[in-house]
Amino acid sequence: MAALTRGRLGSWLIILLGAVYFFVPLIGTFEFSLRYIRGRYSLEAYRIVLADPRFSATLTYSTVLAVATIAVGVVLVVPTAYWIQLRLPRLRPVVEFITLLPLVIPAIVIVFGYLRLYNSNSVLPLTGTERTTDLLLMFSYVTLALPYMYRAVATGLRTIDVHTLTEAAQSLGAGWPIILLRVILPNVRVAVLSGAFLTFAIVIGEFTMASLLDRPAFGPYLQLMGANRAYEPSALAVISFAITWACMGLIQAFTRGAPGQVAGAR
Amino acid sequence: MTEVTHPAIDRARAAPPWVSQLSWTWLGVVPFFVFALMFLIIPTALLAVGGFQDSHGHFTLRNIADLFSPSILSSYLISVKVSAVSAIGGSLIGFALAYVALSGGLPAWVRPTLLTFSGVASNFAGVPLAFAFLATLGRVGLVTVLLVKLFGFNIYSTGFNLLSFFGLTLTYMYFQIPLMVLIIAPAIDGLKREWREASANLGASAWEYWRFIALPILWPPMLGASLLLFANAFGAVATAYALTGSSLNIVTIMLFAQIRGDVLHNQNLGYALALGMIFMTGLSNAAYIWLRGRSERWLR
Repeated sequence: MAALTRGRLGSWLIILLGAVYFFVPLIGTFEFSLRYIRGRYSLEAYRIVLADPRFSATLTYSTVLAVATIAVGVVLVVPTAYWIQLRLPRLRPVVEFITLLPLVIPAIVIVFGYLRLYNSNSVLPLTGTERTTDLLLMFSYVTLALPYMYRAVATGLRTIDVHTLTEAAQSLGAGWPIILLRVILPNVRVAVLSGAFLTFAIVIGEFTMASLLDRPAFGPYLQLMGANRAYEPSALAVISFAITWACMGLIQAFTRGAPGQVAGAR
Repeated sequence: MTEVTHPAIDRARAAPPWVSQLSWTWLGVVPFFVFALMFLIIPTALLAVGGFQDSHGHFTLRNIADLFSPSILSSYLISVKVSAVSAIGGSLIGFALAYVALSGGLPAWVRPTLLTFSGVASNFAGVPLAFAFLATLGRVGLVTVLLVKLFGFNIYSTGFNLLSFFGLTLTYMYFQIPLMVLIIAPAIDGLKREWREASANLGASAWEYWRFIALPILWPPMLGASLLLFANAFGAVATAYALTGSSLNIVTIMLFAQIRGDVLHNQNLGYALALGMIFMTGLSNAAYIWLRGRSERWLR
């Protein structure tokens, strides 16, 4: 009995130390963000940040980009994973390997490749204008999200009987677009949603790619504020943490399970 | 790939009515492969090729050799050190946390709480994470100030500096530890209670259980997860850039500066720098995949 209690005490001690390491920076950030006015705590830093037109502009830009990334990611991943499951299971290892490549090749290397391949003197000068650079940035985010999106959808598809569902839909006269949109997609809705929120969490504060492609996204704005201001960055960090927390909370709410997925714009 | 395609083509020749249907089947994955080629494979391959070319496009090994010049080599070494220490520390601490939360006899709420928080914390990285550590352990951060006020102890007088190797490693641990918790949790769940009971029945001590049963099963996933953590830290840019600016010369920061303004004064050396990074992360990922294959035999 004594040994059991001692073991449990040790367990609590480890959890406690972990909690200190993880909560102290959060408390520290929050406390720092309240220090704007000397001598007392105030929400002044938040007021300034929220009133900054660049804050809303960059956050809106990144939100739109995240939504576009999710839409393109779903359109790319769902039909591919479905087709692999239904008709080309032999290709599965190849496709899975490709979807894992963004975890192997660092983001900074991928964007470096884009700058070489799509520069303004190339055959496809995507970096030539602002709109096409936005497009390139969105595609770069689709690659970042690919490992998580594909794995979520492929796992979701494995739990349903794609062959029977497809044949049933076909015998009722449905074509491919109808099958994908009204039979397959609703069945993997939960997987798609958890992939989508994870993608949102990655894209919203991403710094490296947006900065190197020189687009006015939220990540580069955060960095700029960090380099020039004292208290506003802490307020921004608290806001970013709240956004990340919201995305993970939504995944949990939809999947009703542990978030077994990780990603991040490091 | 080749042995996959050929039988299909042969069959198509033998049975002409299949031809149209077969091509339709392949058409289904064309968008994915076009996307992968355009935005993943060709851009990376182009860098790899550039690393072996001189400024006139001729083949050379010069750039690869130049990677071993003192300044570049030292930036790779700092990156390797930060990544290795944060990966080893992160995986040991992450394992301890996951183990006690999952099978340490703690109340049931600890497990989902730890896993949820790990999901959030492992995604809370990049620029905001740097801000959080500056607000906590920077020169006027909460902990720094509190220690001075309460104990008259200034951590900066001990030579501590957040904008250093140690500070960056400490910051990286914030996403490394929760990542380890999430990766290793299934392996810990896979340790069967019966194994422990059977070994106890046979008279094994707790030490013997760990030495002869748990660790032989757990070391491949643990080492594999450490390698994944290593690659994860090695490719990180934003946290380090926002924390230290360019004062700490890690390889991603050097590459960032090179892309921004050709600080090496040699485009192709920049490509070789990127190639070296892929080599490092590729190596650790390959080892991870190999080790995962080994551990899956036991943990089902």
